[in-house]
Amino acid sequence: MTTTEEISTVSYAEALRLALDEAMAADDSVFVLGEDVGEAEGGGVFKVTSGLSEKYGKERVRSTPISEQAIVGAAIGAAIAGMRPVAEIMLMNFMTVAMDQIFNHAAKIRFTSGEQTTVPITIRMSCGAGAQFGSQHSDMLEAWLAHSPGLKVVIASTPADAKGLLTSCIFDDDPCVFLEPISLYYGAPGPAPAAGYTVAIGEANVVRTGSDVTLIGYGTMLQQLDVVARELSDEGVEAEVIDLRSLSPLDDRTVLESVAKTRRAVVAHEAVQDFGIGAEIASRIYEELFSELAAPVRRVGAPFTPVPYAAGLEAAYLPSATGITAAVRQTLD
Amino acid sequence: MGTDRDTLLRIFETAVTIQIIDDKVRSYIMSGAIQTAWHSPRGQEIVASATGACLQPQDYVVTNYRGLHDQIAKGIPLRPLLAESLGRVTGANKGRGGPRHVVHPQCGLMLTTTIVGGGLPIANGLALASKLRNDGRVTVCNFGEGAANIGAFHEALNLAGVWALPVIFLCQNNGYAESTRHEVACAIEKVSERASSYGIPGTTVDGDDPVAMYEAACTAVERARAGSGPTLIEAMTHRLQGHYVGDTMSYVPHQELEAQLKADPVPRFHSWLIDQGHATEEVLKAIEEDVNASIADAFDYAFSSEHPDPADLLCGVYAQGGRRT
Repeated sequence: MTTTEEISTVSYAEALRLALDEAMAADDSVFVLGEDVGEAEGGGVFKVTSGLSEKYGKERVRSTPISEQAIVGAAIGAAIAGMRPVAEIMLMNFMTVAMDQIFNHAAKIRFTSGEQTTVPITIRMSCGAGAQFGSQHSDMLEAWLAHSPGLKVVIASTPADAKGLLTSCIFDDDPCVFLEPISLYYGAPGPAPAAGYTVAIGEANVVRTGSDVTLIGYGTMLQQLDVVARELSDEGVEAEVIDLRSLSPLDDRTVLESVAKTRRAVVAHEAVQDFGIGAEIASRIYEELFSELAAPVRRVGAPFTPVPYAAGLEAAYLPSATGITAAVRQTLD
Repeated sequence: MGTDRDTLLRIFETAVTIQIIDDKVRSYIMSGAIQTAWHSPRGQEIVASATGACLQPQDYVVTNYRGLHDQIAKGIPLRPLLAESLGRVTGANKGRGGPRHVVHPQCGLMLTTTIVGGGLPIANGLALASKLRNDGRVTVCNFGEGAANIGAFHEALNLAGVWALPVIFLCQNNGYAESTRHEVACAIEKVSERASSYGIPGTTVDGDDPVAMYEAACTAVERARAGSGPTLIEAMTHRLQGHYVGDTMSYVPHQELEAQLKADPVPRFHSWLIDQGHATEEVLKAIEEDVNASIADAFDYAFSSEHPDPADLLCGVYAQGGRRT
């Protein structure tokens, strides 16, 4: 993963900035646009684009009005014309006002044009609950995106993956939505990967091997899954933990190979459980491995309610290690 | 008048091509030979033909579901254009998009969308690419007056104004958004007045007048190419057919429609060219004969082309990777 011996550590946010910096240095067709992304406007609300406009100029790091349709549309048009735009949507909830551009246009243009045009855009979005931002600033809407043919949907759980996956998205020829959990930006730092480091889109990562149960998650859930796996290990139950990293395309081969071995699976995500990614993964497991399973696949997700504000309510809303452990025990009974 | 004879005849040839193809497609739909959702541009031929005459081949155009005139005026070859309408594999887009999603990048027709107003933000992006690369291209974005009431219009004009993008917003105001009259949906008479809110010039022009339309379009194109930013042109025109084939146009007062049909801009242009001494009846007839021959060839090609193979259904969703099965 890294080439230097004494490697520095970086935050998730810094890893993203490194990916943008290297991509812009490597390719003149890469540019950034979004609300507040320029240095004069603060370098992005989470400082991910900090310093980039000073290095690459305001033409390539373009602060925009609060106009999500215009932001995504400008990215799509420039991409059709051969550029590789990286659009920032400040918070995932704000994608809802740009869904025409994302779903009707970015996702479909390649197909309906008979491959005469393609849309190599990356749309970065911060996402997730935990900061008491309330119901319209905290959602995880990835199932909506993953349900859209033509989009790729990516979410990293570590700084290294964040850099590697964002780099892959920028240089991918399809429209990629890159999800950035807010609570990870300045959470645990991780090793900074070398220049040019990439992680392939569509490849899950088996972050822990085990033979008794498969725990599947992405984004913020990996921290919870790690806690759960350690606790279970203390009890003599060895969990295999899979970080999906890409939701579309979904690496179901890695999931199925693991579950074929463990015969038990729990899928955890921060998004509302109903009609979520967990349901899709459970279905794919059932379709291939129904007769081999030792227990039904369990899902752990948020309850069917908007994200609440009060700290206690928000904590109760978010899937917890305790909840995931309880789901695992159901598969072991 | 800065419009020379050759330009006028080119505009005429384009307008006649649009008119004849549209008449034929609607006739084929009525006879059952073609099944397609079709939004006729009859009556709006001059807007597209005159604007197209101002553009270079490398310039970009964005249009919408009522886009046949814009597609032809940008120079898309008739064979793949008609084959696409018939959903054939030889179509410009392999039959996957249909007439309402035609794209032909080699001719600069970069997007046809069926989402009202959806093309304006994307036109900005095309123009932004030109600005960043300094390639001298301009982008023309076509839409109807109905689109001037949707949020994307306002976001797009604002951003184009702020960034001084080389884009021309061409509002083809045919008076009706589907079946709703302009005054029912918009509190101001002229869409072009909205330009002032975004710091860009706005102008209203008689879109059925080839010379006025050509001059208005050329002025905006020159302004954009010079790096001076966008223009909103409101081209006043009329839709001589229903919103879709089968629409009885009961919402248009009878006398109004009758007057519009009498003022059909294509035969009017024909007579004007002769009256003004730009062409003889024989010259125009020769143009029409050539056009008819090209159209007949294109329809033959389209009707004799293969349908797409259902085995290829999953192709082209992604450039790389995609869903595993």
